Amino acid sequence: MREFFFNLVWLLPLFPLASFAIIVLWTNRNRLLSTWVAWIGIGLSWILGWTIFILTWRNIIGLTPPTGGYQVNLYSIPTGTTQLQLGFHVDTLTGLMLFMVPFVCLMIFIYSKGYMNYGTDEVDSRYSRFFAQISLFACGMIGLVVSDNFVTLFIFWELMGLCSYLLIGFWFDKSYDDPKRITPKEAGLKAFLTTRVGDVIMLSGLLLLYSQTGTMSFREIFSEETLHQLANTYAFGNMSWATLTALLIFGGAVGKSAQFPLHVWLPDAMEGPTPVSALIHAATMVSAGVYLVARSFPLFVAVEGGAQLTVVALIGSFTALFASTIALAQNDIKRVLAYSTISQLGYMFAALGLGAYVAAVFHLITHAFFKALLFMGSGSVIHGVEHGHHHAHGEGDEAGGEFDANDMLNMGGLLRRMPRTGWTFIIGALALTGIFPWAGFWSKDEILADAWLGFLHGGAFGVSGSLAFAVWLLLTLAAILTAFYTGRQVFLTFAGKPRTEAAKHVPESTGSMTWPLIILALFTTFLGLFGLPWTNRVFELVGQAAKIMGEPLEHAGFVLTVALISLGAAGTGWLGAWLIYGRKPLTVPVDPLERALGPVYTLLKNKYYFDELYRAIIVRPAIWFAGVCARFDRKVVDGIVNAVGAFGRWLSSWLRNAIDNPIIDGAVNGVGQITGWLGEFMRATQTGKVQNYLLVAAVTVVLLLALFLVRG
Amino acid sequence: MQIPLSWYLIVAAALFCIGLYGALSRRNAVGVLMGVELMLNSVNINLLAFWRQVEAASGTLAGQVFAIIVITVAAAEAAVGLALIISVYRSRKSVDVEDIDLMKL
Amino acid sequence: MSLLQIVFIVLSAITLIGALGVVTNRNLFRCALFLVLSFVGVAGLYVLLEAEFLAVVQILVYVGAISILIIFAIMLSQRLMSPEFRASNEQWIWALVAAVALFAILAFILLRVSWPTISAPAPENAISALGQALVSPNQYLLVFEVASVLLVVALIGAVIIARER
Repeated sequence: MREFFFNLVWLLPLFPLASFAIIVLWTNRNRLLSTWVAWIGIGLSWILGWTIFILTWRNIIGLTPPTGGYQVNLYSIPTGTTQLQLGFHVDTLTGLMLFMVPFVCLMIFIYSKGYMNYGTDEVDSRYSRFFAQISLFACGMIGLVVSDNFVTLFIFWELMGLCSYLLIGFWFDKSYDDPKRITPKEAGLKAFLTTRVGDVIMLSGLLLLYSQTGTMSFREIFSEETLHQLANTYAFGNMSWATLTALLIFGGAVGKSAQFPLHVWLPDAMEGPTPVSALIHAATMVSAGVYLVARSFPLFVAVEGGAQLTVVALIGSFTALFASTIALAQNDIKRVLAYSTISQLGYMFAALGLGAYVAAVFHLITHAFFKALLFMGSGSVIHGVEHGHHHAHGEGDEAGGEFDANDMLNMGGLLRRMPRTGWTFIIGALALTGIFPWAGFWSKDEILADAWLGFLHGGAFGVSGSLAFAVWLLLTLAAILTAFYTGRQVFLTFAGKPRTEAAKHVPESTGSMTWPLIILALFTTFLGLFGLPWTNRVFELVGQAAKIMGEPLEHAGFVLTVALISLGAAGTGWLGAWLIYGRKPLTVPVDPLERALGPVYTLLKNKYYFDELYRAIIVRPAIWFAGVCARFDRKVVDGIVNAVGAFGRWLSSWLRNAIDNPIIDGAVNGVGQITGWLGEFMRATQTGKVQNYLLVAAVTVVLLLALFLVRG
Repeated sequence: MQIPLSWYLIVAAALFCIGLYGALSRRNAVGVLMGVELMLNSVNINLLAFWRQVEAASGTLAGQVFAIIVITVAAAEAAVGLALIISVYRSRKSVDVEDIDLMKL
Repeated sequence: MSLLQIVFIVLSAITLIGALGVVTNRNLFRCALFLVLSFVGVAGLYVLLEAEFLAVVQILVYVGAISILIIFAIMLSQRLMSPEFRASNEQWIWALVAAVALFAILAFILLRVSWPTISAPAPENAISALGQALVSPNQYLLVFEVASVLLVVALIGAVIIARER
């Protein structure tokens, strides 16, 4: 029976792909039909996904990564003397992802109906297209997690990149008066180009890997012999192939998961509709980077104490702290969550760098749930504030510039007005900041515990010693800040009294939006039970039987010290937030932190000026170079082409004048002329006078006679 | 014979050639017709000469009969030809052969 | 030269001079008269050839009928040709050349060939024999009848063609 369902795994990405095709080709005009087509597509994937997950849950024998798993081969591409096997497979890691991905996608799909204002006058004009594109995206993500080789993984990876571009720039005709604000169109392009940098690095890594191993299939690459070979053959210097390719692949993850230094696209991606932010930039696409490293984990640990894990851990933990500092100074409700996402992804990479594979995966799952919840909640808030703005000021009131419905300083006191949104948001916030007993506490705590243990005992793989301590420190500091800015967000939005007219008239959102919030809140609360340190089911699923390089993964148990410190950190953060924003809720839309931190605040608000830096170092030279190439193309290449064309014209003209006209036309005309001349000549004989004819006859007779006479 | 056949024949040939010249070069239609009559006469001379010198001994009269028929035909032809000339003159007011060139290309 | 030959030469001269007069004269009426002269000469030649009936027929038909007819046609078809008009057309030189050449060739041949002549006296009663020949069915009756039909046709045709419309 297992085999039966496992054999159907290729259907999983196909259902939403079919939805995409059906909506694009047929149901584009009918909104209701498009909605249901998309829901059914993702719903079928959800049901099949959970079925497969449950089947893997119940019996994990033979299904654990890196080399376990049930394979479904689909294509064999002949490549010279070998074959490239492409297909899908099911193992416990896949099953775990399949638990999260289709379900969260389904929640977001349901949420989108309300968010895109179905059934009202403000329904989005490109409603059906939205559902088509998110279905395509879902196909990409699901396909990614069920791939069994790097080729299809890369294909789905790029598919998600495309959908991310399309969806971020969904409102491509939106523009702002303020030229500094990035428009959705520019944001989509920025996201695509930045992740592209990562993708190119990753592709080079994959190609090098292929050149060294001759295969792209996970099972074959992550087998012990291949890993040994990669670890012991050297690319250059003393960097082994394993290290090199692992770092390059990590480059792709850096791009896709918005780690430093390729983090710049994620905050601007908030220009897209909120369901997009929830889906792509919280739950699924950005976690694809984490999944990639998790899937390629054997490659990362192939070299003992290798550089790759150090790099991963450092970048991850640095990003975690770095992003959370920026989040302090953001006023846009979605941008706070965006930096929070970057920060939490940093946590996951730090965990992987520590060798805490299981913790990273667990955090991935829990983060998906509560971050999606938070994004959707923020979307609900934004929706409500926009409604309130219209209600209070009437339609088309542009007095005083554009009203930013995302700005938290324009909100306040919304808990009373939007209870369901508010309370689910608060649950999500508690999970995010790692408060017991919500899910975030368990997963975050596990990472910190692994860091601490790595510091104390030295981990089997990954970063250890003082480096592990540094990681632990950075992550704990990040936890404090996380709690602070999350608390700030909660208090600014929901506590106190409404600060603007708009906020006073905010309605609660429709059921299509609030029900997913409630469901996700439930999951967030109880998901922690999976990964309790004492009965860590996640560990059993993915970690326990895994033998990487012949050594089993270690299991970090519950470390009370760490747990208490992390709770304390979170508590400190919340306390600080409460002190500034909660005790006496703001009544005017001015952030006191601004005055307190002064120039630091400005630095944080402007994201450490990284965008400007990139623009000066990369964008401007690229555009200059493009200009040079364009001018070269116009002047030189076009010049050559035009010259060839001119030469062709000249040649044909010369041919016409020198050969065609005189000779050929001359010949043809000449024939005509000769005929005419001949005719004119002959005409002279047709005088119409009988005497002439008679003369001719007489002369002829005379000549004939003469002839006979002469000849005899 | 006292007058050799060839003498008659030469006279006839000369008459024929004169008649031919007339038929070919006269501008007036009647003049052309007169040339034709001369040619016919020369033919008659030929016929009778041959009859007398070659055939008369055997008693047949084919030469003479032929000559009579020629005269008859010449008469008929002259009549019709002159009628044509008169008709042409009535419609074109000219009997200049040079003017009758409607078949010219 | 015997008398007969001299007579022959005289008659030939008359004929040929008449013919020349026909083809060269500008005045058409004079041409007609020269034509009559030529016909008379030819009739004389017929007498020399002992075809007396034919000579008389020649005079009667040619001189008496055809020439008159020609003269009538001349009268009916023109004011008498004025001297400015050329009598010959543009190709007269070629016609002359052709005629002369033809005569030269013919003369050349005629003088070279030895003619199979039979000298015998003329038949008796040639005229009655001619009359018999013309109407006897096993001789030239058919020819005679056809010639008469021809004459009828020509008569009718000429009348119709020359009719006033």
